[in-house]
Amino acid sequence: MSNARLVVGPFNRVEGDLEVHLDIADGAVTSARVNAPLYRGFERMLEGRDPRDALTITPRICGICSISQSAAAARALAAAMGLAPTPQGARVAGLIHAVENVCDHLTHFYLFFMPDFARPVYSARPWHRQVVERFTAMQGSGARNAVTARAKLMHILGLLAGKWPHTLAIQPGGVTRRPSAAERVRIRSDLRGFRRFLENELFGAPVEEFIALTAQDKALDWGRGDAGLFLRLAGDLDLAQMGKGAGRYLSFGAYPGPEGHGFAPGLWQNEALRAPDTDAIVEDVSHAWMLGAPSHPSQGQTEPDLDMRDTAYSWCKAPRMGGQPMECGAFARQLIDGHPLARDMAAQGGGVLARVAARLLEIARTQLLMEDMAHGIDPDASFMQRADLPRDGQGVGLVEAARGALGHWLRIENGRIASYQIIAPTTWNFSPRDAAGTPGPLEAALVGAPVAAGEDTPIAVQHIVRSFDPCMVCTVH
Amino acid sequence: MNLLWLQASGCGGCTMSLLCAEDPDVFDSLQDAGIETLWHPAFSASSGAEVRGLLEQIEQGKIALDLFCVEGAIARGPRGTGRFQMLSGTGRSMMDWVTALAPRARHVVAVGSCAAFGGVTTAGDNPSDAAGLQYEGAHDGGILPVGFRDQTGLPVINVAGCPTHPGWVLETLMLLAEGTLGADGLDSFARPRFYADHLVHHGCSKNEFYEYKASATALSELGCMMEHLGCVGTQAVGDCNIRPWNGSGSCTSGGYPCINCTAPEFENPRHSFTQTPKIAGIPVGLPTDMPKAWFMALASLSKAATPHRLAHNATSDRLDVPPGVRKPRS
Repeated sequence: MSNARLVVGPFNRVEGDLEVHLDIADGAVTSARVNAPLYRGFERMLEGRDPRDALTITPRICGICSISQSAAAARALAAAMGLAPTPQGARVAGLIHAVENVCDHLTHFYLFFMPDFARPVYSARPWHRQVVERFTAMQGSGARNAVTARAKLMHILGLLAGKWPHTLAIQPGGVTRRPSAAERVRIRSDLRGFRRFLENELFGAPVEEFIALTAQDKALDWGRGDAGLFLRLAGDLDLAQMGKGAGRYLSFGAYPGPEGHGFAPGLWQNEALRAPDTDAIVEDVSHAWMLGAPSHPSQGQTEPDLDMRDTAYSWCKAPRMGGQPMECGAFARQLIDGHPLARDMAAQGGGVLARVAARLLEIARTQLLMEDMAHGIDPDASFMQRADLPRDGQGVGLVEAARGALGHWLRIENGRIASYQIIAPTTWNFSPRDAAGTPGPLEAALVGAPVAAGEDTPIAVQHIVRSFDPCMVCTVH
Repeated sequence: MNLLWLQASGCGGCTMSLLCAEDPDVFDSLQDAGIETLWHPAFSASSGAEVRGLLEQIEQGKIALDLFCVEGAIARGPRGTGRFQMLSGTGRSMMDWVTALAPRARHVVAVGSCAAFGGVTTAGDNPSDAAGLQYEGAHDGGILPVGFRDQTGLPVINVAGCPTHPGWVLETLMLLAEGTLGADGLDSFARPRFYADHLVHHGCSKNEFYEYKASATALSELGCMMEHLGCVGTQAVGDCNIRPWNGSGSCTSGGYPCINCTAPEFENPRHSFTQTPKIAGIPVGLPTDMPKAWFMALASLSKAATPHRLAHNATSDRLDVPPGVRKPRS
């Protein structure tokens, strides 16, 4: 096959707008450029507003990571106020956040990622018939049951957060609603119902057994439930070798509480773990339709290039830590938290298999976290701490959204928001090139993806892109 | 009937909310109503070239489109080009596509306050110069002209909300599929009256506090949030406290104020969302259809008559004082 160029879009079953430009030679991608083709300007909307408005506005950046945005805004405000949520307030905020993250993982697996394997291109594979039955878009029995299980798990959000998406329940000092003793047991009952779904359908076994996996080859032999179906086809199609990562991973740490994080923060590079240095973050705008100099988000600005210059190709800035692109998400989190299965998958390249299997692993582990958080709710305690907003100040809110590291950098002057900068997980993962020409993580992972003759929307490219579970509405915001 | 759904300049949250539909779920609801999904960006299998082909066929009239749902506002910037949102893979702006496809549809449904009025996408100074389909904020005329009517004579149907309740969207689509939603079923902002004829106040669990003006002073307290915490549930349309969200919820039951997300321009209230603006200690926004003097008179009377139970509980985060229990007379 000779050299060719492809533009892939509309790219659906990702959250938001995505366009991928591919250079192809000899049946493989040689270079990729990733375009986030939507600009809304949330950072600009916030300037000049009452700082508390960030709690209403930022969740509406994204309808799928809404609570993550809430949590980051609440933490940035709390930092500016010199306030910490009460321990029970932090616990309930963590539970609310965990429910969203698990639901997002479930939506990704059943509705966004797996339907591609039901395509006719795989009709000769031995697992195809079963995948069609479970995962056909809008029809598959697994997809249907997952949608129901997700909706029922979200009853916890109806109770604690009023609704989903777009709640105001998470505040700098805790949460707006104290759960009663009866509500605590109802939440635990909802979680038992969700565990039933996980064990009957997704894992086909107790979640603890899946969590006990320590090696990629053992995981590929799992064989039970929808997870087993995925792992079987992943072995058959060698998804471990597809879309490998660059070995640099970032996590800000998930579900912080008085006793530490549910999943630890860290930076994984050169097969070693260290603390992430957020002072070393720079957002490069060389290939983004943005004006200004590369800067740390506390000094950053969002000035769109209305001319959309030809040398740029995305509204997404290119965040770098210590000059390097970073991959984030469930795989990064599980790897950094030290789970042996994630560590083994990292040693073997961290491709499509690793990203998706880590998400399943995280569903299982988060079920245990949620059960623990709910069990430990103490209705007699205080769920909200109060403090006044400073006239001038600044704060940073770092959280883990389902898709990875999310940061809000806030500066308050004269009682108003003077600057608000956001770096979302997919801003990291789907960043364009930087001034040095270094591609973003997806752009790098796509190089080498096979393209069959006649493919205009290459299936391997779709698997790799979706393995990141991108959220494009968060990306540019 | 068939359905095409496009996500314009928004957060995708109305789709995510739609997935929370229960008994039946969203897919059963649509299927049972005889609605076939031609394409939805979050749910459908097809990507890339297949989708471009479908859109072109609809534009050319080769496929008759029944229900055209648009979620998200339409970006007009920069400089009127619409290039702040390109429909990926097509080289054309979303603005261009929506104006081309809307006249082809039997019905056009704006899903969410962004698509209806501009919504949060237009907050602040509206950085992307976005607008709703047939409204720009509360002003008539958006991307489509004031006089736009679908093939049956209806304007764009504005299922406003941020996000929309799954029931609002599904019932609108089911009524349209059945042919029983007419102009008289829409309010003055073209919102379906089945939910817009209610106020968020109706069925609010804090109603007794409201009756006695027993007010919460800070978030997490149980009292009514109208006096101090910015709640506009007495003025906002929506059946949010009649039909629950996510099993049992609503904004006010979650302990935070109604911010009137079904209304145009809710995104710029000109005060903090969680603080009631006041003049001389009196809230500026009072119920819309009640004489102000009467409201003030009733409020001062009910404040004077507030039982200790409500006065105490209003500023507590828990029901410290239960209602008195009277034994039946023997």
